Amino acid sequence: MSEFKQTFNSSLGKKLIMALTGLFLCTFLIVHLGGNLLLFSKDNGFGFNVYANFLTHFPPIEVVAYILYLAILVHALYAIILTIKNRKARPVGYAVQAKSDATWSSKNMGLLGSILFVFLVIHMGDFWFKYKYTNEVNFKEYRTDLATGQTTESTYTPAAADFSHSVSTENNVEIVRVKDLHARVVKTFSNIWYVLIYVIAMGALSFHLLHGFQSAFRTAGWVHRKYTPIVYGIGCWVFAVIIPLGFAAMPVYYYFVNRG
Amino acid sequence: MSNGNMNLTLKVWRQKNAQTAGKFVTYKAENISPDMSFLEMLDVVNESLTLKGDEPINFDHDCREGICGMCSLYINGHPHGPKRGITTCQLHMRTFHDGETITIEPWRAAAFPIVKDLAVDRAAFDRIQQAGGYVSVNTGGVPDGNAIAIPKVIADEAFNSATCIGCGACVAACKNASAMLFVSAKITQLGLLPQGQPERYRRAQSMVAQMDEEGFGNCTNTGACEAECPKEIKLTNIARMNNDYLSAKLFREEEIHEEQHG
Repeated sequence: MSEFKQTFNSSLGKKLIMALTGLFLCTFLIVHLGGNLLLFSKDNGFGFNVYANFLTHFPPIEVVAYILYLAILVHALYAIILTIKNRKARPVGYAVQAKSDATWSSKNMGLLGSILFVFLVIHMGDFWFKYKYTNEVNFKEYRTDLATGQTTESTYTPAAADFSHSVSTENNVEIVRVKDLHARVVKTFSNIWYVLIYVIAMGALSFHLLHGFQSAFRTAGWVHRKYTPIVYGIGCWVFAVIIPLGFAAMPVYYYFVNRG
Repeated sequence: MSNGNMNLTLKVWRQKNAQTAGKFVTYKAENISPDMSFLEMLDVVNESLTLKGDEPINFDHDCREGICGMCSLYINGHPHGPKRGITTCQLHMRTFHDGETITIEPWRAAAFPIVKDLAVDRAAFDRIQQAGGYVSVNTGGVPDGNAIAIPKVIADEAFNSATCIGCGACVAACKNASAMLFVSAKITQLGLLPQGQPERYRRAQSMVAQMDEEGFGNCTNTGACEAECPKEIKLTNIARMNNDYLSAKLFREEEIHEEQHG
């Protein structure tokens, strides 16, 4: 067995893979939330649609996206492998188990992760898959008068079947034709069940990261008297509060405030 | 009871050996002094079982002063009982109340097979220790005391880790039956000190390899071990072990050979 193979087959090596993929997914959340804040701008989805178009047509981002999907799968796969090993390590359980100091989230990472995985399948099916692989997302045309800055929008039916997007300027009017993912967002979040699924999933995300973020640092061996409190602070406030709240605010906002 | 003594109901795991199935058997522990230790209470119960011609309850114990790491017992859902920072032999019956039912189970882990009743075989820990939990010293003249200066903060940390008695409560408490608190305490205690440096990265690799071979689970940083450890070994040890192991594996030249152990 080569040394690297041996390393990543060891308990600590597998845990390191969990930690690093987990932290990578955490960094993605920051970008994803940042970009999606465009959903709160009252421009009839202009900014958001252009952003979505950019994400799906800029090659470096597409490469990162595939690394991201791989990270999700590896994180889930290693979680399953480690859980099976952990179950095998205690074939006979206890009759009585007292309440322990261990936090609820730390003991239920598998449950929380499973909720998140189901959510990701629903979420990517709703947006990513429909956007990239179906014709269910219609096109929209935004005309911006460059002199006044006024934007008007209308639906657009592409002539060619493989049309993806276009940006052109005619008579000092900028014409942007992109897939209208924003309309899909409005439609999805007009359904109370979707709103509930999204909010519950963000609750699961919060608890998953409350434990996961700092645990990843421990697993990687990065514990220090001076820096660990900062890691805990970021894990708690940024990853378990701000990010899930930010994401959960989107379906809630679209259901209650902006119904398209 | 006028003399303050207690009557208790015990639900004890009885199992002839690793090959046969075990079950809970209920016993009455009568006229138990609150000043007895938990092990002395079991002695009293065993005394009466012996007089009745029954097989006494088998449990591990040795020094009975909280230092040998021999006593175990999962009492009412806690390794070494409900009190913090003590072993079962230091647990007094006044912790319980008259009429209480106490459930006593052995440590549960695949790597700790049951020998009989409440006694488990913790030789896996010995094998991990033998894999690298030592400092090799050449014979020769006795070195001067304090010849190697060690900062107090480091000496204290190393000593805190060295208080691990290897009882296995961490494995018993962990939902994954992970031995990482034990192994990390042993790695840290030596790895922090100058005398432990030459073998530091080999040690981390060999001890972790042996730990994996024994079939313990994987740490998920719940901290249940730290909460139940009779010596209050800190979870930070595990992070130190991870650091030593991962830097050894990914960045250092030292290597260990698979055939060295196991």
